[in-house]
This record gives sequence, C-alpha cells and structure tokens, in this order.
Amino acid sequence: MKIAALFTTIRNLPLSGKIGLAFVVFWLLAAAFGPMLAPHPPGAFVSEEVFADASSRLWLGSDFLGRDVLSRLLMGARFTVGLSAVAVTLAVGIGTGLALTAAVGPHWVDELLSRAMDTLISIPSKIFALVLIAAFGSSELLLIVILAVIYVPGNFRIARSLAVGLARLDYVEVARARGEGRLYIALSEMLPNMIRPLAADIGLRFVFIVLLLSGLSFLGLGLAPPDADLGSLVRENTSGLAEGALAIFVRATAIATLTVSVNLLIDALTQGKVR
Amino acid sequence: MKDTTQHVEVRDLSVTVRREDGTPLRIVEDVSFDIAPRETLALIGESGSGKTTIALALMGYARGSAEITGQIRVGQATLDGAGGNALKAQRGHRISYVAQSAAAAFNPSRRVIDQVIEPALIHGIEPEEAARKRAVSLFRSLALPNPETIGQRYPHELSGGQLQRLMAAMALITQPELVIFDEPTTALDVTTQVEVLQAFRRVVREQGATGVYVSHDLAVVAQMADRVLVLKRGKVREQNAVDVILQSPADDYTRMLMSAAMPVVMAAPVLPDAPVPLLEVEGIHAGYGPIDKEGRPAHPVLSDVGFSIGRGAALGVIGESGSGKSTVARVVAGLLAPARGSVKLDGVPLAPTLSGRSREELRRVQIVFQSADVALNPGRSVGDILGRVLRFYRGTRGEEARRRVAELLDLIKLPASIASRRCDELSGGQKQRVNLARALAAEPDIILCDEVTSALDTVVRGAILDLLAELRRDLGVAYLFISHDIETVKALCDDIVVLYKGTRVESGVRDSYNVPPVHPYTDLLISSVPELRSDWLSDESERAAAPFAHLRERPDLCRFLPRCPVAIAGTCEVSAPPVRQLSSGNAVLCHHTEETLRRTQSEKILG
Amino acid sequence: MSASASASSWRGPLRLIGHRVLLALITLLLVSAVIFTISGLLPGDAAQEVLGQSATPEQIAALRKEMGLDQPGPVRYYQWLRGISMGDPGQSMVTNTPVSEIISVRLPNTLILAALSTLVSVPFAFLIGIASAIARGKKLDRSLNVLTLSMVALPEFLVATVAVLILSVKLQWLPSITLIPQEASFADYVRGYAMPVMVLAVGVIAQLGRMIRAAIIAELDRPYVEMARLKGVSQTRLVFHHILPNAIGPIVNAMALSLSYLFGGAIIVETIFSYPGLAGLMVNAVTSRDMPLLQACAMIFCAVYLLLVLVADVFAILANPRLRNA
Repeated sequence: MKIAALFTTIRNLPLSGKIGLAFVVFWLLAAAFGPMLAPHPPGAFVSEEVFADASSRLWLGSDFLGRDVLSRLLMGARFTVGLSAVAVTLAVGIGTGLALTAAVGPHWVDELLSRAMDTLISIPSKIFALVLIAAFGSSELLLIVILAVIYVPGNFRIARSLAVGLARLDYVEVARARGEGRLYIALSEMLPNMIRPLAADIGLRFVFIVLLLSGLSFLGLGLAPPDADLGSLVRENTSGLAEGALAIFVRATAIATLTVSVNLLIDALTQGKVR
Repeated sequence: MKDTTQHVEVRDLSVTVRREDGTPLRIVEDVSFDIAPRETLALIGESGSGKTTIALALMGYARGSAEITGQIRVGQATLDGAGGNALKAQRGHRISYVAQSAAAAFNPSRRVIDQVIEPALIHGIEPEEAARKRAVSLFRSLALPNPETIGQRYPHELSGGQLQRLMAAMALITQPELVIFDEPTTALDVTTQVEVLQAFRRVVREQGATGVYVSHDLAVVAQMADRVLVLKRGKVREQNAVDVILQSPADDYTRMLMSAAMPVVMAAPVLPDAPVPLLEVEGIHAGYGPIDKEGRPAHPVLSDVGFSIGRGAALGVIGESGSGKSTVARVVAGLLAPARGSVKLDGVPLAPTLSGRSREELRRVQIVFQSADVALNPGRSVGDILGRVLRFYRGTRGEEARRRVAELLDLIKLPASIASRRCDELSGGQKQRVNLARALAAEPDIILCDEVTSALDTVVRGAILDLLAELRRDLGVAYLFISHDIETVKALCDDIVVLYKGTRVESGVRDSYNVPPVHPYTDLLISSVPELRSDWLSDESERAAAPFAHLRERPDLCRFLPRCPVAIAGTCEVSAPPVRQLSSGNAVLCHHTEETLRRTQSEKILG
Repeated sequence: MSASASASSWRGPLRLIGHRVLLALITLLLVSAVIFTISGLLPGDAAQEVLGQSATPEQIAALRKEMGLDQPGPVRYYQWLRGISMGDPGQSMVTNTPVSEIISVRLPNTLILAALSTLVSVPFAFLIGIASAIARGKKLDRSLNVLTLSMVALPEFLVATVAVLILSVKLQWLPSITLIPQEASFADYVRGYAMPVMVLAVGVIAQLGRMIRAAIIAELDRPYVEMARLKGVSQTRLVFHHILPNAIGPIVNAMALSLSYLFGGAIIVETIFSYPGLAGLMVNAVTSRDMPLLQACAMIFCAVYLLLVLVADVFAILANPRLRNA
C-alpha cells in the first residue's frame, strides 16, 4: 500500500518534478555504482590526444591529460554526492538536535543557542568556508566538517521556529501536563511532525553544499588531487575552455543537472503539500 | 427572469470546487431564492453549509478556483452560466460586504479612514473631502467614540467591536443597494455583540438597503433578518419568514438547530458529603513575565481568584476574552506557576509546577483543551494516543491496554475500530471525543475543560455536552468547566464563578443566577445573550451609559468600573469593592448592597 | 498633534532601533571573536610557517616576539580588535605591506561591481517577483518558477564558463578578463563589466525574484486582500496600495541578503574574470595563508552583511505602523 501511494505521488508530480526525480535517481545511482561501471580507471592515461572528442571508446572524450572523461566524472560524482550527503546529514542532525534542545529545554539554553547561531549565521557561508579552510586545510574529513558547521545555523533557525511553534500546540501542552519528560516530548511528540516541513530544507541545504563544495574545488581550495569532485574536474580542465572542450562542459553541466533537479523535485513535492 | 419586484433573484445556483485529486465537488447545490427590496435575508447553517459561498457568489466572487453556475440577478446586474459577470463591477459600489473578522480584514499598514473611503474614491462616487465627511457621519451613527478622529488610527489600535463597526461604515460609504454581512459578530464578545448588532440594524434601515446576513446563530439571525434560509451541506432545507421559522419550523434539521441552540439544564447527580473539597483553589495571583518584589508578575492576569469543587461536582468558570479563565486551568494543571496562592487536592497542597508534582497527582487532574484540531498529535493513531496514557500512569500494555482502549472508545460512543485511525482523519466532533477519552484514560478525579465546546457546531456541541453530563453521572468525575457562553455553563454546572479581567466578581450556585440581584457585570452578560425571538433586540433598549467610561481600569479599584452602568460616584472610583454575601448564597464583588442591586436590575433575567 | 505628542510617538521606534543597533554591534563583536579564534589562535604557529622548516628555534622565538605571538590569546585578540577597529588590521605576512593599503586599492572595485550588479538585478527581480505572484498558479508563474529554481541552482562557474565560451571565444564580443585601464572609455567600461555583472545577476535575480514572490504571496492569502477585492479594487491598485506596503519588510530584508551576496559572494566571478576585487584577494590570502589579510577581509564582509541586515531591519520597523507606534 505504501508503494502504491508512492507511485500515485510520482504520477501526480508536474513534469518539472518528474524530470527532477529522474536526474536525482540517476545521480544517486551514479554515485553508488558508477565507479564500478567506469570503463577505465579514473587516473589512467587512455588517450594520446588531450581534449579528444567523444568516440566509441571514450564516450565523453578525454581530458587535459588524456584521461577518460566519463570514468573521472563517475568518480567525481561519488565524491560530490557522497561528501555533500554526509555533510548535510551532519548539519541537519546537529541543527535539528540543537533546535529541539532549545525548544524543550530551559529558557537560558534557548537564549544561549539562539545567540550563538545568530552569530554564526552572520558570517556569509563562502567567507566562513574560506576562513575555516585557511585555518585547518581541506582534507576530505575536514571538508565534511567545515561544510556541516557552516550549514548548521541555517537549519537550526528553521527547525527551532518549527519546534517552538509545535511546543505551543495543545497536544504538546497536554503531554507536559501529563508529566512526560522533555526527551519524550522532543522525540515522540515534536520531531515526527517536523520531518515533513524539514525535508524541503534538507534538500535545499544539500544543493547549497554541493554548490559551495564544487565552488571551493573550482577555486582549488577543495579536495586535493588525486581525489577530485565535480568542481575540481572543471578546474583542471579550464585550459580547454578556449577550445570548447567537451571535458569542461560535461562536468559543469553534471553539477547543474544535480542541483537543478534536486531543486525542481523539492519544489514539486512541497507544492502539493502546502496548498 | 426579470421580476422587478424582487431586488435579488437567485436561480439554481451551484458552486463547484476541485478536490486535491482533481475531481469536482459541489459545495452549493441548486440554491434558489429571492430578496425583496429593503428586506434582510439570513443564510443560516453550520460550517460546510455553503452559506458564505452563496453570499460571496452574490458579488460574482468565488474563492480559489471555485466555479459558479446558475443565474444571479442583483438589481440590473446579472451573472449567468454563460460566463457574463456584471456583478463584478458592482463590488464595493452597489453591493458591499462586511467580513467576519474585521481585525483581519483591515489592511494593517494603512490608516482606517483611507480604507473606509477607498470604495467611494475608486468607484468615483464623490470627491475625497465629501467622502471623509460622509465617513465621519457614518461613524457617528454607528456610535463610534471620537468620530472625528477615530479614522486616523491604524487597525491594531482599535478594539474588535470598533473595527467591526468601522467595517460597516466602509460597506455603507457608497450607499449600496445590497449589504452582505458575513458572520460579523462571531468573533466578538457577547456584551460587545449587542451594541454592534444595534448599530448595524439602525444604519441599514436608515440607508434603506437590502441585506444578506450570514450566521450560524439562530438567535442573532432572529434579531437581524426578515426571512431565513436554512442551509445544510450546500442545500436549502427550508426558507420562510423569521417568525414562522422560530415558531413552527417545518424541517427536521431546523428543529435540531433550534433545540441545540437552547441547551437543556442537566440534572446534577446527588453528591456525597465530604468534609474536604476535592479541589480547593485559594488566593491565586498569576500572570506572565518576571515577578517583581511584591510578587506581582509583569503582565498580571489573575488576582485573588479562589473556588472549591467537591468530588463529582461541576464548577463553571465564565468570562469574556481577557478574563483570564484559561489561565485558571493552566494554574490548576501546573502548566503555569502562580505568583501567589495555593491549589489543594483533597486538602493536600499541589506543587506550583509540573516538576514538583508526583505522577499520581498529575494523573488525578487532567486537562482538555478547546481546539481538538491541535489537541491531538495529527501523526498518531487514536489507539496510540490513548495507549500512551494507560502505559504512562498505570503501566498497562499489550492485550490489557487494547481492551481498555476499546472500553474508553465505547465510553465516548465511538466504534472500537477507530483506534487504528490517524487523528487527522477524524471529524471535529470525533476529535473532541477522543480528546476527552485521553483525559478519561487516566481515570482522573477532575477534568479541566477549557472551552471544549466552543469550536464546535451547535448540534455537535449539544452532543458533547450530553456526553460530559453522562460521564459525570456514571464515573463520578468532577469538572472545572471553562466557557465564554453562560448558557452552556448553566446547562452543565452546579456552581458558577464569573471572572472579569482576572478578578472573581461573582460566585454561587447555578439557580441564583436566574433571579436578581446579581453582580452588574453578570447582569450585563446575561442580558446580552440574544434570545430566540425576533423582538428581543428592540426590547433591549439603548444601554445606560457608564458614568466612568473615561477612567482607565485600575488594579486597586473595581475592574468593571469603566463599563459599569450603575457605578456609584464618590465610592466606586475611590475604593476597592468588598465581597458581599447575598441572601441567595452568591458572593459578589461590589459596592452596591443587595437592595440597590435588585432595584437596578429589571425582571428580564427570569429566563 | 502637539510637539510633545510627536516626540513621544518617536520614542518607541527609536528605542527599538537603538536596540537593534546595539544587537548588531554585539553580534559583530562575537563574530570577530569567532573569526580570530578560528584563524588566529587555533592553527599552528604562524612564525614557524613564515620561516619554514629550516629555521632555528632562536629565529622562530625572535619572530614570535616580534609578531606578538608569545602573548596569551585574549591579549592578542584585544590588540587585534583594537587595531582593526582603528582601521589598522596589521601587516600582510606575504607582502609585508600594511593590510589597510592592500584593501583600500581593492575595496572600491568590489563596491563598483556590487553596485552595478544591484542596479541590473533589482528591477528584473521585482518584475519577476510581482509578475509571478500576480499570476500565481498560472502558466506564467509556473514557467518563471522552474526558470528561477534552475537559475539559483546553477553553479556560477558554469554560467561564467558558458558566457565566456559564447561571448568571448565564439562571438568575440567581450573580453574574457575584466581589466579596466586608467583612462577607459565608457564603452570599455560596459564591455569590461558586462560579463561579471551578468553572471552575478543570474543568481541574484532568481533568488531575489523568488523571495519577492514569496513575500507577496504570503500577503495574498490574508483576509484583507480578499476584502480589498470585494471592495472592487483593481489588480494593480491591490498590489501597489494594499500588498506592497505590508510585504515591504520581508522584501527589503531579501534585498539586504542579496546585496551581501553580491558583495562577498563574488569570489568565483572575481577569480574567473581576474577582477581585482576584495573576494579574489581573500582567496589569495587563503592560498598563501596570509592571516592578517584574511581576517581583515572576513571582518569587512561580516560587517557589511550586518550593516545591510540592520538597515533592512530599521526600514521594516519604520514601514510597519504596529512597530512604528509601539
């Protein structure tokens, strides 16, 4: 029955939502299984020619060193999607956890957390990222932590306003009057009713993280070689720009299809619910 | 269909909306009626009856993507199924509208006067100067204070009753031929409602306009309308002259509405004599914000409120918005710690906050809130919600818990199968029953009912009241029943406390409220409730003005002083009123003696 | 109205505004502490880094003393804060010139780019926002929705590279690098700024347009809008006389956010077009780990952000009669 409901939801999506869904599924699969399906090792020099055009052997041509664009793209997709997914999970987990603490905890906890988050949110995300990277560097793990830290305050703000709104509702008051503990109220009465409205925020935050991560990599401040995400793949091939090389556009477009389709999907899913 | 003797003609009006899945749903079906010039027709029905939809259709307007079919003629302008909509051009000019909540229907960021005269300006009826003059004279006939300057204010600076009258002025500024009133007094307190109704009736008659009055309240309609159209689920059940409807309703549904509008007083069960009352509340001062050195909160709500409830008894607390009646329940439940005062259960003091109370103490006092929509967690099933209470207080689980849930559902007259339903799938009445069952699951000694019937339709409200009385008889549970509606309170409760601005102005047994003397505020409250006869409002002649209306309310004097019509100069504005014991047993907070109170109050409260 | 009455009617909002200013200053102070802690205290020894692996302990100790690194954290923070608030954020560790000099060359460029982009973006954003709000749910709204949704999600480097490819490489209309010579003609200016402004505008128009639409739509569902319709108010009058006065608070706030993005978010655009602005400078500071320069840039961006939000806040207070007369 749940699966039937899922199909109905999909069928009722507008065209933009269906396109979004298709691309999102595609990129998730690519990130999960892509590297296994890659025709060549991502680091191997497989072509004499740099910036080669697409051919039957190299479906998407070769890059500035003569490596297979498709294989490197699949590797980059895994890094981009994987790092961003972990970072967004961390950011939302911490942000929402703190928001619930603020909503059910004593007043001073709420004041303290809100003040701290207001401070952090006043540092523009790109600027914050630059400061953090300058201080700590940008290994894979650090990047995840940095991206998560940057997007915690935004999630906190939204989750807190949801939670505070719920805390005022009568059923939460009734639970309090019954003598329920704070943990029960936060996890059983509030959190389940926050998930749906938070879903859109999670999606948007994922898009922001992908954009910031690839932007940083594009600037050469992201993942260090030989690892590469979609942003660094664009960067390393900028020399091909003048020739209009396939290598650079495939990668840049790849990111765009990922972020745009997540956006379209969320928009299509939330519109039906909000009305 | 041009019968020029009728001002409004409606034939086969239907309104269709699209459901979420795209299928059409007719919310108004084949409604036909006429309105003669200068006549007022009432559209009456419960929520979902389509009464507002029909009223809006008279202006050629439908909300959202709803579609209007059928024929409507208002004066010369028509709307027909072929798509012509001449009514649209009449909006705000020859046909005008008074919305339900004036507080929301005024634009918050513009001065009231600019909004009132806007229809006259955009329809090019008269120049701005003349429109302003006309507005001021309308303010005067609507009995608004400071008619010359009141328009310069912003909506948030005005009271609900004032805004509602200003909205009527906005509707009448173009001298319309048809005025539509859409539940214009539903959001108001009952004492304010009378003044607004009187003002409306006077100006509509002065202007000689035709009226449409939308309401769910038969007694209000009886005062305002010449004819009544009874609606249920978008269909006409009955239409007739107002007196015919009131005296000999032909339709079953009309009769049901009538009987629900007059709650029957339910017999109190015989209560055991006990030396100690079940719940004793003494000298409560409570409010919000930080508490100062003298123990007064920054925003005080209650001052020196006390009462006691015996085992199995029902105490009603009545008051209008801002009286602090809900705060009483929150203090007793432990949701709000009082600044001063005590709450005792069986003679044992309860801690002021939840954390200081034992689980057993919490179990014995349960609270039920007004709005069933937000009182139940929408994502959980009925069985889940009830089961949690059983497990929490008694540790009941598994088969035993399932059996108890079924019993509870039986108690509130819902089928056991509803246990697996999610709360957001239930109707309003069902939700309120489950809401009650959740409190019953704790097997409490007392249930605090905070306006539990206020959000319900008349017929459902009657059923819930019956259920409450039955539960009390069968289970011996006591009630602290909070309401703004004195009729409801009288129907259910043995004792009644009247709150005004956080002070207890009167307390006593139910029957003492039927005969004078009572507190002047109680008198105002009782005499403001419209009765089911069409000549009630005319009887209720203009009220005597309050001699101290210019004074501000002060905590050290009688709170009612600025509104009291019988305030005693030289006494009431000088010292605080004493508590006076009347021979009926009621205690009133008033400077008047029993004798003078009786003299000032007419015999009309006999109902 | 008498003078005293009007004075008292101003006391409410003035106190509210004073409160907001104070709050912004406190936040700025906290932000400075966060930035200094992250970039000045937590990372390793700056002296070690300047001198490299081969330096002797004595050399390092001498440099530490010279740079003030031997003092406790709070003292260093205080000195840094005092310097930066007097307009002297210290010496660049890379070029050994005062940071204030480096920044004063770059700051005007950033301001020009931000101002030009604002001028281009805001009218389009209003057009899109108002048009799609009025046509809510209709075809125009749905198409604009998909368009702006896509525009916000496009990475800037994609927009920039596509623009360069088409306009510089293929068509050769515009230079791919924004270098404005001293005595440039107006046409040079336009040609030089066209592409960076365009790339920045894509994101801002979409973002701001969506927020303006949302602010208007939030008002559309309120009862006073239906009331205005039932008074016979026309669609244009409804939007400009009834809705915009109520939606102006959120709209101005959205503009503040967009402006701060134009100011500090132009990192990628400045890099791609080799535009000598502040954001590009900050990227260089990161790569060369030039902390004083980095801190100064970060503080400027945060201060501008807080200032913009504050201005929007004050505007919203003044525009709302409920707050104005509080």
